[in-house]
Amino acid sequence: MSATATTTTAAGPDALRDSWTMLRRNLLQMVRYKSLTLMLIGQPLVFLLLFVYVFGGTMGAGLPGGTDRSDYLVFIMPAIVVITIASVSLSTAYTIALDMEKGIVDRFRTMAIAKSAVLTGRVLGAIVLTFVAFVVVMAVAVLLGYRSDGTVLGWLGVVGLVLLMTFALTWLTVALGLSAPNAETASNTPMPLMFLPFLSSGFVPTDSMPGAIRWFADYQPFTPMINTLRAWMSGGGAGSDAWLAVGWSVLIAVLCYFWARGLYTKVRAS
Amino acid sequence: MSNHTTAIEVAGMTKSYADNAVLRGIDLTVPSGTVYALLGPNGAGKTTMVRVLTTLIAADGGEARVAGFDVRREPDAVRRSIGVTGQFSAIDELLTGRENLQLMADLHHLPRSQGRARAQELLERFGLVDAAERSASTYSGGMKRRLDLAMTLVASPRLIFLDEPSTGLDPRSRRDLWQIIRELVDDGVTIFLTTQYLEEADDLADTVGVLDGGRLVAEGTPAELKRRVPGGRVDVTYADPAGLAVAAGAIDGAVADEEALVLRVPHDGTLDALQRLVARLDNDAVTGLEVRTPDLDDVFLALTGHATPDTEIRETEEVAR
Repeated sequence: MSATATTTTAAGPDALRDSWTMLRRNLLQMVRYKSLTLMLIGQPLVFLLLFVYVFGGTMGAGLPGGTDRSDYLVFIMPAIVVITIASVSLSTAYTIALDMEKGIVDRFRTMAIAKSAVLTGRVLGAIVLTFVAFVVVMAVAVLLGYRSDGTVLGWLGVVGLVLLMTFALTWLTVALGLSAPNAETASNTPMPLMFLPFLSSGFVPTDSMPGAIRWFADYQPFTPMINTLRAWMSGGGAGSDAWLAVGWSVLIAVLCYFWARGLYTKVRAS
Repeated sequence: MSNHTTAIEVAGMTKSYADNAVLRGIDLTVPSGTVYALLGPNGAGKTTMVRVLTTLIAADGGEARVAGFDVRREPDAVRRSIGVTGQFSAIDELLTGRENLQLMADLHHLPRSQGRARAQELLERFGLVDAAERSASTYSGGMKRRLDLAMTLVASPRLIFLDEPSTGLDPRSRRDLWQIIRELVDDGVTIFLTTQYLEEADDLADTVGVLDGGRLVAEGTPAELKRRVPGGRVDVTYADPAGLAVAAGAIDGAVADEEALVLRVPHDGTLDALQRLVARLDNDAVTGLEVRTPDLDDVFLALTGHATPDTEIRETEEVAR
């Protein structure tokens, strides 16, 4: 009767299997919690429409070499993609804190399942959702008249960088969610992630900003990420920005992975 | 799975949060196939005890073996041997009842068809078939508790921890739950449960441990414990001191509380004794009658010399978190 419970071990292949089970759970949650899922995908679309149709006319004309709102659409697409990533990762902090608040994570912890599976499943789920949102956002942009001069290789780079950035920001928000005392706080602490793209090269060229803000915008991680996406989406080379973008992403991912894992096991020991 | 005759063995367990000693040296043994109830008020350390035994937190000192494995050194072996239903519902409210059970089956690595059959079997057993395809957020408190317990049983663990299983349940759901627990016991499952209700411990447990301020202040069968508690009694209220004085002289063992005009008569709980008592009472003199059975307060008063601590004091994990 109980043989099934005793023959398993929590090593190697089981970690994959358990992560897969957790991923399925998270995807199912997204389908069930439609309002949240649609809001996450809708948020970057609102920004896209707002910036193109409300600010686009004036901003496009103000760009170096720009004339109208279609130029601005091309200019802001990388920032809209970054906001898409940030929007989904924000929800990760909330959902993971919600999990911790409810008893279900304690249940998982009293079962012989791979320790990493709960967090890995969450991260994989966020990557899937971000990718869906990314595709929707790009499709809407094309409907609005967006056309890319990017090469196939460039677009492969864009997709790769989007996945890497999602991976990094999601581990960051997983850690933020774990460190929050409750789900309400967890839904607020990562808010700067939505705000930071505005203080970057995303919506206006940084050389139009005053001193200190310009300095901040030039050196914060979102700027090389956006510059790289912009170069690859328009058929150019990204140069050192590409290395900076990848470097920042890897750095954030690694630091936050260990931070999150520490928090997850620390709660366990308390 | 369990060749051990001892399911749980605890020696000298201590645990503190900052300056607050929650467990102050607990020793206890639970033989396989028996039900052990840890009885105590909020803040006594019951949940901390369960969390240590189920590998959720580490004790500061002492030894604990669960299903033959050391809790500290072999946590995964312990986890493979136990099922846990905590104090707070551990279900995924966005998933349906069936999906929750399927999730457990997958995490236990049951083959797909076996997992599906097990989920169906448990839904039937716990009266959740009609609600199986509904999201668990729509369930009533009693249904959530049943689903919670069903999830614990997916892998048929031989040792189950239940932390205050009936807290917050209405009387009927509580009876249903007790019935389920009795069926598990009939199958030979070992159960470690915590409770604030003497009635629950009495009804289910082979052995009751009374926890107070992090110490086990008494341990024994429910009958043994109740023998140490001033048993039930009948309080008879009189209209005037004269009637009270007459009755106090006529009834064996009765104690008169002259201020409250109440005669306290020891009572063994049987209807027979009650009938005999009532027959001897003078209808005109008596204004009220109340039958009192011993409750947790009486147990505490008898065993610790003080009443149950203020129930506002919560178990300390919440603070620690």
